[in-house]
Amino acid sequence: MQSLFLRGPSVTLRTLLLVVISIVVMVADHRWHHLESVRGTIETYLVYPLRYVINLPGQFVEWGDESFSSHQVLLDEKRKLEEQTLRAQVSLQKLSVLEKENARLRKMLSAQTKIGEMVLVAEILSIDLDPYKQQVVLNKGRNNEVYIGQSIIDAWGVMGQVVHLGEHSATALLISDPSHAIPVQVNRSGLRSTAFGTGNSQQLELRYIPHNADIEIGDQIISSGLGGRFPPNYPVGRIVSIERPAGESFATVLAEPVAHLDRSREVLLVWHNPPVKDVLLHDSDVLSKEQER
Amino acid sequence: MQGRGCFKVIAPTIVAALMLHMWPVPDWLAYIRPEFVTLVMIYWVLAMPERVGVTVAWCVGLLLDVTQGAILGQHALGLVLVVYIVLLEYQRIRVFSLVQQALAIFVLLLIKQVLVLWVSGMVGQAPSLELYFLPSLTGAILWPWLFLLLRNLRRRFTVSRSF
Repeated sequence: MQSLFLRGPSVTLRTLLLVVISIVVMVADHRWHHLESVRGTIETYLVYPLRYVINLPGQFVEWGDESFSSHQVLLDEKRKLEEQTLRAQVSLQKLSVLEKENARLRKMLSAQTKIGEMVLVAEILSIDLDPYKQQVVLNKGRNNEVYIGQSIIDAWGVMGQVVHLGEHSATALLISDPSHAIPVQVNRSGLRSTAFGTGNSQQLELRYIPHNADIEIGDQIISSGLGGRFPPNYPVGRIVSIERPAGESFATVLAEPVAHLDRSREVLLVWHNPPVKDVLLHDSDVLSKEQER
Repeated sequence: MQGRGCFKVIAPTIVAALMLHMWPVPDWLAYIRPEFVTLVMIYWVLAMPERVGVTVAWCVGLLLDVTQGAILGQHALGLVLVVYIVLLEYQRIRVFSLVQQALAIFVLLLIKQVLVLWVSGMVGQAPSLELYFLPSLTGAILWPWLFLLLRNLRRRFTVSRSF
């Protein structure tokens, strides 16, 4: 027998209770980051299967594209790739010489040497998230030892960092999200700043740059590695506009990210030793590490 | 009302709505994509308020939070309050014509969006508002068709008596 009226203290009471729980959960998640494991569990067991299914058609199309492309197209592609590899190897040869030279010079200055980084290729799943947030879902997760805060880069530059983690997937926040900021440095002058996202995937904003700072349109900005979250010296963007409004204490500087934030399909997850640890090493430690290699 | 059997049709429709929410679409479509999950939840509360209530709404809202990468509890809060309003008013909304219903749904969707926006604003992640409420409009426009589709489904699976 169904009751005709559903209103009554029980529904109102339950609603109130759920509202209070929601608020507590929101505070715990946003302020204290206590609920990453809960989110990870939901992500792994409930959401990931759905994402997997949604991603299938895209994967199928890609597979079909690869399987049914003609002999000639594949040959052309192979030739192109071979050429690219050759070019890359040539510049790598130079790079290794430069790297050695750099290490030697740094040793002479008794500065720490750059420590090698490990990378893993991940694929961006074709899934839509909130269009007002700049986020992507990657197909690698805790199973691949991905961690929260890990940087992701593509072939052109820094893309963002991992913010949520499931067993087999990870959600990454792009550097263009309004809530994201990355410490950067102007490559030419060494000027340090912070690049904030604007919500537009083609625009970053460099804040707190004084009017007389040495910065020009076209300057390359790279990650400075300060804060220890991002590996240093990866390209982040290029300065596209500088305004110095009279009466304001800081210039308005806009940059364009060099990473293909809305086009890349394959990205790299980077493991790097946080510089905080490196600073604590004594020179002798660095040297012995070098010799071990 | 055949015991728990009714979840055989309710759960799949909610899952389908979640998937539609995540389905990759061109950029312009993403901005006007209606909130299928909210629409489907409203339908089920209207159709069987004794089965689908605020607790289910909260759980679905939490799922929505994870799929959207939102703060946990953000969509859950919105969905719970919208479902609560529907629970108070379902007898009235049921006798509306489809157009009147669509108007009511428009208001409900707006309430949900405002609640979500309010939380985003409080944590300093407020999005730009130019197109923000378009999904409510498209959701209301889509309502009559969704309503008929879900009613057909429900009748085929003989989930409930009336409506």
